Amino acid sequence: MTSTSTNDKLIEVRDLRTYFYLYEGIVKAVDGVSFQIRQGRSLGVIGESGCGKSVTAQSIMRIAPEPPAKHVGGEILLHLGPNNNSEVIDMLKLDPRGQRIRALRWKEISMIFQEPMTSFSPLFTIGNQIGEAIELHLPGLSKKQVRERTIDLLGRVGIPQPKRLIDSYPHQLSGGMRQRAMIAMALSCNPRLLIADEPTTALDVTIEAQILELIANLQREFNMALMYISHDLAVVSEMSDEIMVMYLGLVMEQAETGEIFDNPLHPYTQALWRSIPRIEGGQDRLAPISGALPNPYNLPKGCPFYSRCEHRMPGLCDAVRPPMIEVSPNHKVSCFLYKTEP
Amino acid sequence: MIAYIARRLVTLIPILLLISVVSFVVIELPPGDWVTFQIENLRMSGVELGQDEADRLTRQYGLDKPLHERYLRWMENMIIYGNLGWSFQWNRPVNDLLSERIPLTMAISVASLLLSWAIAIPIGIYSATHQYSVWDYIFTFIGFIGLATPGFLVALVLAWFIFTTTGFSPLGLFSSQYVDAPWSIEKFLDMLKHLILPLFIIGLGSTGTTIRVMRANLLDELKKQYVVTARAKGLSEVKLLLKYPVRMAINPIISTVGWVLPGLVSGEVLVSIVLSIQTTGPLLLRAVLAQDMYLAGSIVMILSTLTVIGTLLSDILLAAMDPRIRYGGVKK
Repeated sequence: MTSTSTNDKLIEVRDLRTYFYLYEGIVKAVDGVSFQIRQGRSLGVIGESGCGKSVTAQSIMRIAPEPPAKHVGGEILLHLGPNNNSEVIDMLKLDPRGQRIRALRWKEISMIFQEPMTSFSPLFTIGNQIGEAIELHLPGLSKKQVRERTIDLLGRVGIPQPKRLIDSYPHQLSGGMRQRAMIAMALSCNPRLLIADEPTTALDVTIEAQILELIANLQREFNMALMYISHDLAVVSEMSDEIMVMYLGLVMEQAETGEIFDNPLHPYTQALWRSIPRIEGGQDRLAPISGALPNPYNLPKGCPFYSRCEHRMPGLCDAVRPPMIEVSPNHKVSCFLYKTEP
Repeated sequence: MIAYIARRLVTLIPILLLISVVSFVVIELPPGDWVTFQIENLRMSGVELGQDEADRLTRQYGLDKPLHERYLRWMENMIIYGNLGWSFQWNRPVNDLLSERIPLTMAISVASLLLSWAIAIPIGIYSATHQYSVWDYIFTFIGFIGLATPGFLVALVLAWFIFTTTGFSPLGLFSSQYVDAPWSIEKFLDMLKHLILPLFIIGLGSTGTTIRVMRANLLDELKKQYVVTARAKGLSEVKLLLKYPVRMAINPIISTVGWVLPGLVSGEVLVSIVLSIQTTGPLLLRAVLAQDMYLAGSIVMILSTLTVIGTLLSDILLAAMDPRIRYGGVKK
């Protein structure tokens, strides 16, 4: 798409399918998701719980529990090298326990998790756990250099007295401080892509604002790509250049942030937007999305949103899965209401 | 940490005193005493004892004094002279009887505990990381058999089996030619040969439990976020397993050291009787049956003391392992 000579694509996900083979049946957690993230840009992934947004992120790092998870199709192409053009690796082809993928994890792609309370082991100091990642991916640093780097990182994520707190245990820090330490750990090896999987869900609102600002600043500073996963529309719009709306393992709509907020096309996106309270709006009740999620073990053949959709077309939407079409440049939607631009 | 240990040691004193009272009273509780037991024995063999004779015996053994007086004398001797009293049944000092048996009992028990951990912990780790695999089922099956089969039964079967197939009698501690022989390399090797079976049987009982505990704890830990974090960091599976979840899962096993210690000294009574090994277990059983009160009381006292010390030990170990315990959860 871009005509520059260097490739600015960092990661390309094509038709990713991650299924969970459970005792009760097969859950198609991710069923044909495609997107790409360019260097230094951010992609927001939005959707209800269970829509497959976290599994998508876990699949990229290959940390989805296998079994029961299995990647039954697709490619996750990671472009390596300073200009992203020296080598292309398909993450799905690597052994999830192998040497190669372990070298890529955290070095190229790192991740912040939802639960700051449990994402550190309670038995070791945060300095130990951050230093461990540095020693693993930046060999050749002395113990002292690793420690200095850790202290520097802790300072940069806004932890007061990093020289003292580097030796504290996770239970001695508050939730917000722990999430800051987690961010420091995620940045410890200068990753090129940071995945943030609902990093503020467990925090209170004032801390949330601080953490979001911190992540946004650090993303610019480190020139990282960011994949920001949340169910909070306001947060995602704040953090992302582009937004991808997911529903039951499928991408419903994908566009630039401004475009998708001004001109939502998919009935599901429109319904989501209507469910946000607005300050300038009237006293109207919020419009909830009617109906409930279909049974994940037995998804409908056609559009998964069919049963809850206001514009459903019987005979078409429930029979065939709508293909992803690009209705205007960089604005893609999966819905039979729209036609490709002539 | 040192302050913590010191504080715990000071609180031990009143607990130990209380234990000594309880041990003494418990032994006194059953009706009758050593003299009535003796008179009963004599009557069974056809000798009738007069009341005068009975009173004389009671006075001779000091059993006519009130309970608190006898307790105070026992304590006085114990604290000042380290003398645990006289065994009526053996007609020897309790100290001698125990010092013959406690080292052996401890050696057997500590060794069988370590043996059972060495077997159970790796198997537990394997079972948890390979949940529902064929080997997990096999280990689970063996573990349950180990749990459900009484040790003395295994002892009987194995002793018989070894004797019939090899002609080697694994009973007792020494082969007959070494019993009264002076210590030598051969005698020592002979003892080791006799120790394998009891070690194996006593260890087996707790191995099944430890496998189950380790497996269940580790399964819980493996689901925790910090394991996923470690994996996402790029740590190898073995390294992350041993550093993070195993360290957490092993905590409950360490905290059972406290209960294991007294079990070590009382030994597996039935196994010891079956294999005729002179540990403290059979000694306690006989002392209680014969109302040999100072011997029985002393053993109960030692066992209770070991429970308390064992609990302290496991608390200290846990504090060393887990910073959340070390700092008492209080932020400084």
